[in-house]
Amino acid sequence: MMRKLKTFRGGLHPPEHKERTARLPIEDCPLPEELVIPLSQHIGAPAEVCVAKGDKVSRGQLIGRARGFVSVPVHASTSGEVLAVEPRPHPSGKWLPAVVLRPDGADAWGEAPTPVDHRELAPEQLRELIRSAGVVGLGGAAFPTHVKLSPPPEKPIHTLLINGVECEPYLTADHRLMLEESARILTGIDILRRVLGARRVCIGIEANKPDAIAHLDEVCRGTEVEVAALAVKYPQGAEKQLIAALVGREVPSGGLPMDLGVVVHNVGTAAAVADAVAQGMPLIERVTTLTGPALVQPKNLRVRIGTPLRHLVEVCGGLKVDLAKIICGGPMMGAAQLSLEVPVVRGTSGVLLLGEDDKAARAEGACIRCGRCVRACPSSILPTTIAAYARLDRFEDAERFRAMDCIECGCCSYSCPAAIPLVQAVRHAKAAILARRRKL
Amino acid sequence: MERKLILSSSPHLHGEQSTEQIMRAVIYALLPACAVSIYFFGLPALRVLVLCTLGCVLAEIACQRLMRRPAAWRDGSAALTGILLALNLPPASPWWLALLGSAVAIVVGKQVYGGLGHNPFNPALVARVVLLISFPVQMTTWSAPTPLGSGLDLVTTATPLGEMKNAVMLTGRLPEALQGSSWDYFLGNMGGCLGEVSALALLLGAAYLFWKRILTWHIPLSYLGSVVVIAGIFWLVDPSRYPSPLFHLLTGGLMLGVFFMATDMVTSPVTPRGMLIFGVGCGLLTVLIRLFGGYPEGVSFAILLMNAATPLIDRYTRPRAFGEAPSSKAAG
Ligand code: SF4
Ligand code: SF4
Repeated sequence: MMRKLKTFRGGLHPPEHKERTARLPIEDCPLPEELVIPLSQHIGAPAEVCVAKGDKVSRGQLIGRARGFVSVPVHASTSGEVLAVEPRPHPSGKWLPAVVLRPDGADAWGEAPTPVDHRELAPEQLRELIRSAGVVGLGGAAFPTHVKLSPPPEKPIHTLLINGVECEPYLTADHRLMLEESARILTGIDILRRVLGARRVCIGIEANKPDAIAHLDEVCRGTEVEVAALAVKYPQGAEKQLIAALVGREVPSGGLPMDLGVVVHNVGTAAAVADAVAQGMPLIERVTTLTGPALVQPKNLRVRIGTPLRHLVEVCGGLKVDLAKIICGGPMMGAAQLSLEVPVVRGTSGVLLLGEDDKAARAEGACIRCGRCVRACPSSILPTTIAAYARLDRFEDAERFRAMDCIECGCCSYSCPAAIPLVQAVRHAKAAILARRRKL
Repeated sequence: MERKLILSSSPHLHGEQSTEQIMRAVIYALLPACAVSIYFFGLPALRVLVLCTLGCVLAEIACQRLMRRPAAWRDGSAALTGILLALNLPPASPWWLALLGSAVAIVVGKQVYGGLGHNPFNPALVARVVLLISFPVQMTTWSAPTPLGSGLDLVTTATPLGEMKNAVMLTGRLPEALQGSSWDYFLGNMGGCLGEVSALALLLGAAYLFWKRILTWHIPLSYLGSVVVIAGIFWLVDPSRYPSPLFHLLTGGLMLGVFFMATDMVTSPVTPRGMLIFGVGCGLLTVLIRLFGGYPEGVSFAILLMNAATPLIDRYTRPRAFGEAPSSKAAG
């Protein structure tokens, strides 16, 4: 019997390309010669460095202090010597301050991590452990997790949604994590639920991962955690679209999930929360998918934060064709990179390497008003109209047509037969609208 | 090596058909109708098709040269306009009528507005209406179908819609001959423009476009549905004076209009709700013009009138954005 899977309005289904890595167990990536650990790996104020060139550091040692509430600390990913504190290439495309570390090979903790039983701690203590471990959203956005766990008292949270959708093509890291490390995820869920006081907990997974759904169903049996299969549709994993599918309500325009009493965390984040609290370990590694047609041997890897992409490419057997494009994240929302010297950061959910043949570049034409972008837009706005206004610098009109509701999923650009860079134009409009608001 | 890296912003994938692929698919979808018209009307039909297609492509190239625009005729939109124009002409059209129509379609219907994507009216329909008004005799000289191999010469005849109109005007009643020939109409065995004759061939093409996900159901269904409902109401009121909905569906280029002219993306609304309004408007106007207007045929005028309304429709059918309160919708 086929039950109609829950989903949201709009969206599309790009080719998945997940077969390359979906069956490959997570492997530990060996340490590189040199780690480049940026001090800014989260949304919010960068951490403040607290080591200097020549210092010896141990694994998990604090190397950057959090500055302010929306900020988290940064830790050494292994033991070794600080070679430099200087600007280095960052996945954001800029050169940003980073701690450059030469591993000593011992990979030694300073003091052994101290596990605690989370059931004996109060929500504030849990939140503090999560913050001091440097946990951020591992789905890609890298928003500090403790901030999402601190709703104002007038907005009680009744529902905790766990995002195991992984709707970006090519990426399989969350899929493997759900299959191989469900115990960590469940511990994390338990901690998150206690901090928030949520009654309902639901894990949403796209129906193209039946093994993960079956496995989590199995391990959640007897607990109060629901597992929900969701329609295979991009961007099912976008926060607001996930909530629409699982809770049946739309986050108000300009609002936050907590306005509906809902908080969403990624499965990887839940696992990191479990490490932070139950194991007493800071966030110094993550699982990421290395994939793409340009790579000899794609893999799902457990990587220390700060590992340069060049090292990962070597671990994956090198390149079989000339590189044309490096993307951190998935192909729909990820960011193109300038070089392989860029390191893996906490938000790196995958690395996609494309050759000359995969660029899929097309010359831009005129809008033929086919309406595909309109039908694909999960925010139900009119990308073609907003883009046209943005080109004319008519940002007030763009705002009236709700440019600010764009979630930058890229469905519009993807679907446009004239190859018009629609999301780019809408982003431009959003930036201009924000700049104007700041001035007023 | 790294100097060659591409630094575009997301998305890094590009899917679905390109503009050229869409145009090509629509051309393929029209081939059955072209074949049927050649079958029923022979070489004259073929000649009209070739002249219009070449005429439109050449006019497009000439315009792009003169206006120093990029040579974009390869996108297939001009050839498509040419085929659509041919299908809107009588089989006996003289060569100059076909070429003049082509020039009007491309120059007046499309390029003066800025080329593909910028024209408010369907270029083929603009040309048809201009020709209809300027050369009424040539544009309404219909040939009876003479299937290939039947050895007959073209004989002039009337279209079913024209017959209906004349009879109602002269006698106040529908002619007897119109009852019972739906099957011929469906296959295309009647007088008319090249492309208005075979509903079957057009439906085949439309099915292909649905399968290719180029057509959405909104405009065809609302157009056909409103024709059936509105024609049906008149028919129920006085069946001796007003023809049945089935007659409306199968004659006078309705199928061509519904699936290939009204659905022209450039000149119809972009939102699903806008498309529904557009389709209903087309259906209403088609029936009213057919029954009460000065011309027997209402499809072209109906679609052109709704083309004119498209910007307005688009403006007032902005969907409710995700998370937007139902009452706050006020872009207009
Ligand atoms: S306009 Fe924004 S939300 Fe809509 S499809 Fe484009 S990127 Fe996605
Ligand atoms: S998808 Fe592209 S061509 Fe189609 S309406 Fe949107 S902008 Fe225009």
